[in-house]
Amino acid sequence: MNPPVATASQPLALREFHAFEAHGARFLYMVPSAGIFRMDGPSVAILDALQLGPRGAESLIEELSSDYPLEQIVETIEELTEIRAIGDVNAPKQQVPNDLPPEGFPLTTMVLNVTNKCNLACTYCYEYGEDKIVDTKYGDAPKFMSEQTAEESVEFLLAESRGQEVAHLTFFGGETLLNFPVLQQTVAYARRRAAEEGKRIEFSLTTNATLLRPEIIEWLADNQIGVTISIDGPKEVQDGLRVFHNGKGTYDVVQPKIKELLRVHRTRPIGARVTLTQKNMDVLEIFRHLTEDMGFWEVGLAPVTTQDQRDYAITPEGKDSMLSQFEVLAQEWLQCALRDEHHGFSNVKDTLEEIHKGVSKAYGCGAGLGLMGVATDGDVALCHRFAGSPEHKIGSVTEGIDRDVQNKFLEDHHIASKTDCHTCWARPICSGGCYHEAHVQYGESSHANLHYCTWVRSWTHTCLEIYGALAEKNPKFLERFDA
Amino acid sequence: MKHLKGINQKAARIEAYVQYEAAQARATELDVVALETPKPPHEEDGPHFPLGCSLVFFPGWEADQQGGTAGLCQPVERDLFDCHLSCFWPAHVPDQLNHSPDWTGNCASAQKDWRKLDLIFP
Repeated sequence: MNPPVATASQPLALREFHAFEAHGARFLYMVPSAGIFRMDGPSVAILDALQLGPRGAESLIEELSSDYPLEQIVETIEELTEIRAIGDVNAPKQQVPNDLPPEGFPLTTMVLNVTNKCNLACTYCYEYGEDKIVDTKYGDAPKFMSEQTAEESVEFLLAESRGQEVAHLTFFGGETLLNFPVLQQTVAYARRRAAEEGKRIEFSLTTNATLLRPEIIEWLADNQIGVTISIDGPKEVQDGLRVFHNGKGTYDVVQPKIKELLRVHRTRPIGARVTLTQKNMDVLEIFRHLTEDMGFWEVGLAPVTTQDQRDYAITPEGKDSMLSQFEVLAQEWLQCALRDEHHGFSNVKDTLEEIHKGVSKAYGCGAGLGLMGVATDGDVALCHRFAGSPEHKIGSVTEGIDRDVQNKFLEDHHIASKTDCHTCWARPICSGGCYHEAHVQYGESSHANLHYCTWVRSWTHTCLEIYGALAEKNPKFLERFDA
Repeated sequence: MKHLKGINQKAARIEAYVQYEAAQARATELDVVALETPKPPHEEDGPHFPLGCSLVFFPGWEADQQGGTAGLCQPVERDLFDCHLSCFWPAHVPDQLNHSPDWTGNCASAQKDWRKLDLIFP
């Protein structure tokens, strides 16, 4: 479809983009295409002029002809029009239609909830805490996934991943290692079956590390399982929140086990996953401890998902403090990247990858589409956080996905349905955010996560600046994000 | 692009698309459009009626059952010769008996070389 090209009689106006700077260069993050362009002198001048209001092309040319040759001004107006940075002042804003994804969209990641039981009682847990969706303690669902259900899940993944050569299987819980026998059996089964189908499955799991023992560590290393350790920081932090059922802290138990894991398991990355709450907000201290003292390669930090009235819920001031500490770490990350050095703050790496690709998301998340969670009884839900919730069930591993239910879900959660988001420049990369977060905060998974808008815009802007700095000073570094 | 430099993967796709759009715009203005698909943009919604002296459709001659020219009882290019033999359309072709015996001299394969059939001015 041709862009609305301005003719001599139609004034030009700015269309939608978010400008940012890095190392003296100016960039545009186009909305909603998410293309990023570096500007030169004429383009900056034209956009600055149009900032004051719409004008005809002749008027722009007249004003700028003392600074730039006529030919350059005309070329630049054309290029800015082509990328939709400027256009006819009367051109309607193009709305993204609520289209379903193409039929046969492959499932690439399946999260298996191998158990509903956990040997810890972390206060803020979304699964067992006050904001839980599924009553796993007194409900009907099996406490452990059976070997048979796990095998059926593998078949489900192989079928639903369609033409994808590589699929991802993540083991989750409860505490995943409580069902270690089924993990062993499932990995062996999945490897064999994937090879038979001409595919490859990559495995990962999340664990609280309390049950790591040499046999398990060896199995993880031998089977190249990616490992994420749920850990919140140094002893005083960890023991305040991540406790056994008797209230005792877990740090002294997990620390030597993690040390051993990091020593032995070198075939896949091992990351730490930190949950930040109002009670543990010293981001920098937590990061230093986990990377420098404990030796994790990467640390991802996320604010807790919770309703506002919980005592560990983060206040707006708390959020500001966390974000500013994130930004300190992000600047460190940039300095390392400029020198081609590794920095473990994976939050930046993940965001940069999306910026580099130029994702323009129709949905806040791939849950229910490219990623699904399987409950202990084989019911398939949007993701692991909804696994076991009847309200969010979209099928089962034996019967497959109910396409009507899935399509209704996709339609309800499309960015086109989130009117609050329609004027936000960050929507291509945010698109409303996590469904579980929305469900807990607003009671409705299709609600945009408005309580994070300021955070997302601020964080995305920081990451865009980092991206621009790398594009200017060390563009080779960005090649690692090429798909 | 001379003034804007795309720096992420999406920008590269946008630049490629812009070039494609420009080429398409040039193509539809200047080139002769064959009867077969892809259709020119201004005919996206319906069959291609060749502008000419006849609005009568005889299936098998001008268009096959699918509306294309792949399944004609004879090729379009061959049809051109029959115009003057049977005088079905009043289309004039050069007199190949006396004055322009070499009219099709460069046209070894009518399907590929039809552009080499030139106009003859008496």
